[in-house]
Amino acid sequence: MVLLQVLINGLFLGGVYALISLGLTLIFGVIRVINFAHGEILMISMYASFFCFSVLGLNPYLSLIIVIPGMFLVGVLVDQVIIRPIRNAPSYMQIFATVGLSVVLINLALVFFSGDYRSINLAFAKQVVHMGDIGISLSRLIVFISAIAVAWLVWLFLDRTDMGKQIRAIAQDRDAARLMGINPNKIYMITFGIGSAMVGLAGGLIMPLYYVFPSVGAYFVLTAFVVVVLGGLGNMVGALLGGLIIGVIDSLSGYYLDPALKEMVYFLVFLGVLLFKPSGLMGMIGAEEMGLK
Amino acid sequence: MSLLEINNVSVKYGDLVALRDVSLSIKQGGIVSLVGSNGSGKTTLINTLSGLMECSAGSIVFNGRPIQDMPAHKRVDLGLVQIPENRRLFPYMTVLENLEMGSMTHRSRDKRQDNIKKVMHLFPILSKRSKQIANTLSGGEQRMLAIGRGLMSDPELLMLDEPSIGLAPIVVQEIFKAIALINELGTTVLLVEQDVNASLKISSHGYVLENGEITLSGPAHELLGSEKVREAYMGL
Repeated sequence: MVLLQVLINGLFLGGVYALISLGLTLIFGVIRVINFAHGEILMISMYASFFCFSVLGLNPYLSLIIVIPGMFLVGVLVDQVIIRPIRNAPSYMQIFATVGLSVVLINLALVFFSGDYRSINLAFAKQVVHMGDIGISLSRLIVFISAIAVAWLVWLFLDRTDMGKQIRAIAQDRDAARLMGINPNKIYMITFGIGSAMVGLAGGLIMPLYYVFPSVGAYFVLTAFVVVVLGGLGNMVGALLGGLIIGVIDSLSGYYLDPALKEMVYFLVFLGVLLFKPSGLMGMIGAEEMGLK
Repeated sequence: MSLLEINNVSVKYGDLVALRDVSLSIKQGGIVSLVGSNGSGKTTLINTLSGLMECSAGSIVFNGRPIQDMPAHKRVDLGLVQIPENRRLFPYMTVLENLEMGSMTHRSRDKRQDNIKKVMHLFPILSKRSKQIANTLSGGEQRMLAIGRGLMSDPELLMLDEPSIGLAPIVVQEIFKAIALINELGTTVLLVEQDVNASLKISSHGYVLENGEITLSGPAHELLGSEKVREAYMGL
């Protein structure tokens, strides 16, 4: 029974990782830019959710209506202001730009919001439903279900809609897509927006569960990078699966070994997977070249 | 009036001049061939017309509109459509999805279903393969799909870059037949080919490109008869 509880906790934690990773892998798969400021976009969305609660008195689940479109706009802005001028630049330049953005955002947050740890006190976040010996946290269940729902919805969007197909086309062959009359800049902008909106959803949903502070992004995003590479760069299903796997490993090793060792354990598993499948669990060989399938 | 008018266009790769003072005119309705050996600048010219490359001098006028500074995707919406060399399909999309990608412009979006029917009629094999992933098709089928995808954009001028390259002779025949048919149905064609004989035979006009310059032009039958063309490109 303890094992089952630990597994459930792991899956729920994995939902958090997956939700954060989905946007990262979408942006990478299409725009081919590794966004090192992804964690800071998470941080901004958590602060947005926090202030919606503390200033406007909005329930964090309700304020998603503001936070998600807001983060879409933040993503569009980052893409047009920071990424667009260096769209065709070497990748190290793009890395410097996004790392630079991350440093700037962290320090701006320090100036405006101070380094204090803030959280919101929501009775709902502490509610646990008991089924026999198993306790299920409702707010974590919501994160878990959202991760699966978002992965599915984004997949549907990419598979079925004209816009989604244009996103895939740009990822597979940018010049050929231009010859089809597709405007790459518009598609990149929208993709960055969607990826950021997804992490906005993550930020809003985890705000009742975690503290927010200026460098909170780094705490989550390191894991998100592991998840994205483990699942296969640019692969939605891979990100979901990778997130859940890392969550379960995290939870199992934290309980049975030592909480201090859990990062070591998942990095060992990570290395092991890469040893046998260098392109990640769901990734195809050459995905870093090809992007989103 | 000409459908496409290229006036003194030059293109540079760094210091290297790829096209020098190229002028060319295409009237509505016919098939015009652009022939020349490897490295003569044919693909550069077609990519400049499509907007994938910028010209350093000169002007390009399409349907009375200067387009040399227009981004590639907007040119497609005017009906200037390129079918690139090596097909450049979307490898992980199905045949049907590839065709749909050709109709994402304002110009062609509403005609999507009609145009799919037309393409399937032109290349019946594609309707059998419609759910198949593009990179599992044979070379000839992929070429047909690339042409079909170009037709989905409702082109006024269809530019084909080496449509016959690397195909078995029997498939080449089929492709050339299809191109002639597309033209008969009202689309003007600019055909860039290494197979000088086959392409001039279905063309009304021809241009010969050598080292980035137009060295010869005229009605296709005259070029076919010219000593120089026969010697240089047909080994006769």
